[in-house]
Amino acid sequence: MTTPAPTEDRRNVDWLLTIAVVAVIATFIRAIFFTPPEARQGLAQKIFYVHAPSAFIALYVAFGIVAVSGALYLWLRDERLDRIAASAAEVGVVYMTVVLITGPMWGKPVWGTWWTWDARLTLTLFLWFVFLGYLILRGAIEDHGTRARYSAVLGVLGALLVPFIHLSVYLFRTLHPMPIVLKPGHPSLPNSMLATFAMSFVSFALLFVALLRARYRLAARVDALVAEEEFEPAPMPNLRAEPIR
Amino acid sequence: MSTRVPPGTFAAAALIARKDLAIEFRTRSAFLAAIVFSLLAIVIFFFAWDATAVNAVDLAPGVLWVIFTFSGLLGLHRSFGVEEADRAIDALLASPVDREAVFLGKALANLLFVLGVQALAIPAVALFYNLPLSRVLGPLVGIAVLAAIGLVSVGTLFSAMAANTRLAELLLPVLALPFFVPIILPAAQSTARLLSGRPIAEAMSWLRILVAFDIVFVVACALAFPFTLED
Repeated sequence: MTTPAPTEDRRNVDWLLTIAVVAVIATFIRAIFFTPPEARQGLAQKIFYVHAPSAFIALYVAFGIVAVSGALYLWLRDERLDRIAASAAEVGVVYMTVVLITGPMWGKPVWGTWWTWDARLTLTLFLWFVFLGYLILRGAIEDHGTRARYSAVLGVLGALLVPFIHLSVYLFRTLHPMPIVLKPGHPSLPNSMLATFAMSFVSFALLFVALLRARYRLAARVDALVAEEEFEPAPMPNLRAEPIR
Repeated sequence: MSTRVPPGTFAAAALIARKDLAIEFRTRSAFLAAIVFSLLAIVIFFFAWDATAVNAVDLAPGVLWVIFTFSGLLGLHRSFGVEEADRAIDALLASPVDREAVFLGKALANLLFVLGVQALAIPAVALFYNLPLSRVLGPLVGIAVLAAIGLVSVGTLFSAMAANTRLAELLLPVLALPFFVPIILPAAQSTARLLSGRPIAEAMSWLRILVAFDIVFVVACALAFPFTLED
């Protein structure tokens, strides 16, 4: 048995992804060992360096990409837009899952409860459901064009849904900490924490871009393989298979 | 039969709705199932809570809206599922009517379906939960109609999409339920205000969300619908 020669792609290291992972690890090290703990919340506050950037990227960036590239797809019918939307949705689900896991971990020691039906939490949870529905929908359709159109429609409607869910859950009282960094005036965070926070933001954004790029490339390769199969009908059975020993 | 002018959008929509309702009326399968489901749900909800701990009046709004949501889904499943048999949808699409008319017709039939379920389920809940129905009937009907419009506009679109997937009816609740949140929440909240004897003015901000949702999603779903039917 000869081992197959590694294909060119297999030897290629995804440098962007490597750098992003290193940056995230560096952020963790800085957050854990070189950033002072918060006075009242103690060590629990450190989860903020994971939670806040993930939430921002998942809720605004990933969801925005899905909706905008969906709308553009319906207009331009470019396959690449569909791949971008699909990749953003998949990476977005991962980020949002991180948000939904780290949130309760922080909430238990600080709020005294794992979960509360607060406006922001509820909105995040429902957007997570919309994202999951989006991925399930994609998985349930085989035809490329149909899949792209349906998921684009769902992406656009999902964006329309956000203000409505937000409004209706906002009428319940909110308990979530108000923004401390992105608010008018100076951020009320000491410099050492602000630096760590900025670093976590950049590294998580970098990781998002790297994962998006990797996922996009995978989608492009899968599409290319499928297209190849469609152009070469009736593939020959592999007659040169190794004899069974 | 001489040359006939194809009907306008609304006339065509009415024809399609009549066709769907005729199918439903002759088979009665989905409507009957939705009614029986509603009655069963009313009974099960009553026993799922401790009736001595929770007031029936406090329980009723939630029960009503959960029932409407899921019985609505039962009807919405069939909306496009029924077109899959013998590829009836192809004939519908080949006919000289706008795609928007197909959507409006389907949505209209679904709306009447949901309103029909509500017309039977509301008195049933009032009967079993001992609600002061006559006092709140007018506003309650208004809320029910507003919510039904939102439910069927989103539900009709997703029913068309779900019918074309491998998961078919399994997919519809997964897609539609997150979109039902801004309908069920305001509807249940304002029903609760009504039933506890508060003036309707207290529920105004909820009702505004409901009206805005209806306007935005009826338009958006009618515009998005043609994209679900291409090729």
